[in-house]
Amino acid sequence: MKIGVVTFPGSLDDGDARRAVRLGGNEAIALWHADHDLRGVDAVVLPGGFSYGDYLRCGAISRFAPVMAEVVAAAKAGMPVLGICNGFQILCESHLLPGALIRNHHRKFVCRDQKLRVENNRTAWTSAYEQGQEITIALKNGEGGFVADAPTLERIEGEGLVVARYLEHDPNGSLNGIAGITNERGNVVGLMPHPEHAVEELTGSGTDGLGFFTSLAETAEQAFA
Amino acid sequence: MPKPEILDPQGKAVLGALPRLGFTGVTDVRQGKRFELELADVTDEVLAEVRQMAETLLSNPVIENFTVTVEEPVS
Repeated sequence: MKIGVVTFPGSLDDGDARRAVRLGGNEAIALWHADHDLRGVDAVVLPGGFSYGDYLRCGAISRFAPVMAEVVAAAKAGMPVLGICNGFQILCESHLLPGALIRNHHRKFVCRDQKLRVENNRTAWTSAYEQGQEITIALKNGEGGFVADAPTLERIEGEGLVVARYLEHDPNGSLNGIAGITNERGNVVGLMPHPEHAVEELTGSGTDGLGFFTSLAETAEQAFA
Repeated sequence: MPKPEILDPQGKAVLGALPRLGFTGVTDVRQGKRFELELADVTDEVLAEVRQMAETLLSNPVIENFTVTVEEPVS
């Protein structure tokens, strides 16, 4: 499959994300924030970083980048979209996912190998995992606290939209320890930790993140459209 | 402003700093943002559009409330 990785001004992890896409057995296509063009890709990754300097709010300006008009339309039509860290913030600002990410409750940047539990393996990006599988991948954020109002949180939990939850350590004050969520259809996933940094033994804390980049092949046959 | 139910870590930091400077009696601090938009004309239509700007870009309605007020420029 062809998976596009968007580069915004201030993206940091676009290179790692493209590499993870290739290690996952897919073709990585570089996409540019200023283009109204998805170059025929089958799925899109919005990588981590500090797009547009995090000015105004994280992801608030990126949401209106020309490429995002295409990503939002494609996501609504069922195209798989994965937002990692800053990409997760962009998905929330775009209203493709509910809730928002705010400053960590302890007000410090956090950078650690974080244990997670995969709570939903029925999404386009998590089918390679076992339901309830525990994985450890890098987490690095300053504004990773997931919040939503009470009715929204109840809906997220009730409909099984939590994709991953923090285990053993609360790194950022996220409500219910939420590390990632999906939409109702399961094609859009936002995740605060960084699976693209855990795709091979040599350069990461292990290979626990690789599943996010191999899942698409497994789910390609399923209809998310 | 962050909605009342949303944690405001920056406000909490300010709240913690005040007693260290000898200022007592403050029971809570919330920190928000203020945008000053300069407009040639202020009509009901323009104000409606400003509210739209606030809803669309300047605030995130999921976590923030906003108010729009009109002020005369200081010459």
